[in-house]
Amino acid sequence: MIPERHLNIAVLMLFFAVPAWALIMDEPFTITLATRAAILALAATGLNIALGLGGLVSLGHAIFFGIGGYAMGVLAFHAQTYTPMQLGGFEIAGTKSMPVIWLVALVASGIAAVLVGLLSLRTSGVYFIMITLAFGQMFYYFAISWRAYGGEDGLSIYVRNDFPGLNTLDPIQFFGLCATLLCLALLVFWRLARSPFGLALGAARQVPQRVETVGLDPVRLKLVAFVLSGMMTGLAGALFADLNRFVSPTMFSWQFSGELIVLVILGGVGRLMGPLIGAGLFVTLEHVLGDITDFWHVILGAILLVIVLFARGGVVGLFCGKARPDA
Amino acid sequence: MPDPILTTTNLQKSFGALKATDSVSLDLRQGEIHAIIGPNGAGKSTLIDLISGRTQPDAGSVTLLGQDVTHAGTAARARAGLGRTFQISALAMEDTVLQNAVLGAMGASGKPWRFWRPALWDADLRMRAEEALRRVGLADDAGKRCAELSHGQRRQLEVAVALTLSPHAFIMDEPMAGLGAEGSRLLTGFLDSLRSEAPILLVEHDMDAVFALADRISVLVYGRVIATGTAAEIRASREVRDAYLGEDA
Ligand SMILES: Nc1ncnc2c1ncn2[C@@H]1O[C@H](COP(=O)(O)OP(=O)(O)O)[C@@H](O)[C@H]1O
Ligand SMILES: [Mg+2]
Repeated sequence: MIPERHLNIAVLMLFFAVPAWALIMDEPFTITLATRAAILALAATGLNIALGLGGLVSLGHAIFFGIGGYAMGVLAFHAQTYTPMQLGGFEIAGTKSMPVIWLVALVASGIAAVLVGLLSLRTSGVYFIMITLAFGQMFYYFAISWRAYGGEDGLSIYVRNDFPGLNTLDPIQFFGLCATLLCLALLVFWRLARSPFGLALGAARQVPQRVETVGLDPVRLKLVAFVLSGMMTGLAGALFADLNRFVSPTMFSWQFSGELIVLVILGGVGRLMGPLIGAGLFVTLEHVLGDITDFWHVILGAILLVIVLFARGGVVGLFCGKARPDA
Repeated sequence: MPDPILTTTNLQKSFGALKATDSVSLDLRQGEIHAIIGPNGAGKSTLIDLISGRTQPDAGSVTLLGQDVTHAGTAARARAGLGRTFQISALAMEDTVLQNAVLGAMGASGKPWRFWRPALWDADLRMRAEEALRRVGLADDAGKRCAELSHGQRRQLEVAVALTLSPHAFIMDEPMAGLGAEGSRLLTGFLDSLRSEAPILLVEHDMDAVFALADRISVLVYGRVIATGTAAEIRASREVRDAYLGEDA
């Protein structure tokens, strides 16, 4: 067993070393893969707040990922076609500015998370999984039927959006941007887990009746966690759309919600670096195995099975054992 | 006589055809320990759930410090000054002893909505938590994960978490259960001194503890209070002997 802190530092160093090496070797595709891992890790770190800290098994987090994606798609679409949005008599111009798009993505996914959370948190266990899945399907089919923005075909954005002072089309600069946001999100997760809120949330996951008897409302704690979680995943969605310069209803698919859960379980539920490890493994396997066989998902499934059966704490648990609660 | 801290009036609760609580009216007065005794299945835990707000009564009311809290939730009643302990320890097993106590202190201060500074860095929360742990004799185990505690230590921590709330009334469901002779003796001594801080409604099976501590005893059988009185009165009561205490009591 090694201290979790050491593993965390090693993982972060590897995470930055790979694209640095790719830059020297002039392998932009590897940088893009690292960027993809960073964005998936950001989305999964969002889920880790709900799932890891709050114990909320959400099979609907694609909702927020999709909303983030469409926030980018819709705003950039109106900017590239020079047509303002018509919103109840108001005209709103599109934008190619990433900070504005991120803000819209955060707010929109936050609002969605309040609504989905308020209704879903009336239930728990399997019912919670089912109701979040159902909400996910609603958003998915809504996106498919939303003709104005491409319907089933999705929306292509021709040029990546802008960030002040950066050339976002340069893979390493875009990686730097995504990696910075990921590191901020990891910092937020790390502090959140130890904050009074995180402590109460963890107790609400383990013993809700205890939380109530000290005068706190476990459902409200979980709702706030769900909203923070959804916002982070929503931000990742906006970045993901920018990475691919494309949004489509598949961002809302339940398969993606499932993949996010897989990433977190693979890396270690509730562990700081769990999502990044999971996303790194996932992208690597997808790339390496995807080249060899079309059935790489089967192999991923087998690996997942082994992890769940023999290493309950995911990769982090394998190396570091149980989490130290007050570390 | 001053108003009681806690009053229940004609509380009723049925589970299907079973009357678990049947017209229970009792009160808890400043400075006293009021023990509830009765055979298994008499409805003691149900009564505690009704008082603490975990279960809603079919009829009747609960008054805390002159306020009708019958329809208030558990959390609201806790904030109004009710500190309960569970018959089966309800602790965050993955967390440390100190964290469990800090949770209580946090509830008491009503401020879980802080997202950045680590909870254990908050001097005020820590002080309250550590003081409560010290009082129940868990100061040396503060850093242990709760899952590593012995059964007896968990019972002590249950009491400590209630202490962090500085409640106006304690509601304790069998705090001595499984403590062993020495543990029971220590906790008996502690509860004896605690009553001057806030009165205790004490559900307990350990008759030595009950007769040593209780200012008043109510006997619950089939959901009904069949007698209330001092230890001596209850000991002498024919009805209670027949229904519950048996010949040796
Ligand atoms: N949630 C419930 N649903 C159905 N029956 C219950 C429930 N809770 C308690 N009971 C029944 O009510 C009676 C009183 O139980 P309880 O209050 O736990 O008794 P005690 O704590 O005195 O041993 C028992 O017969 C028990 O089976
Ligand atoms: Mg009981």
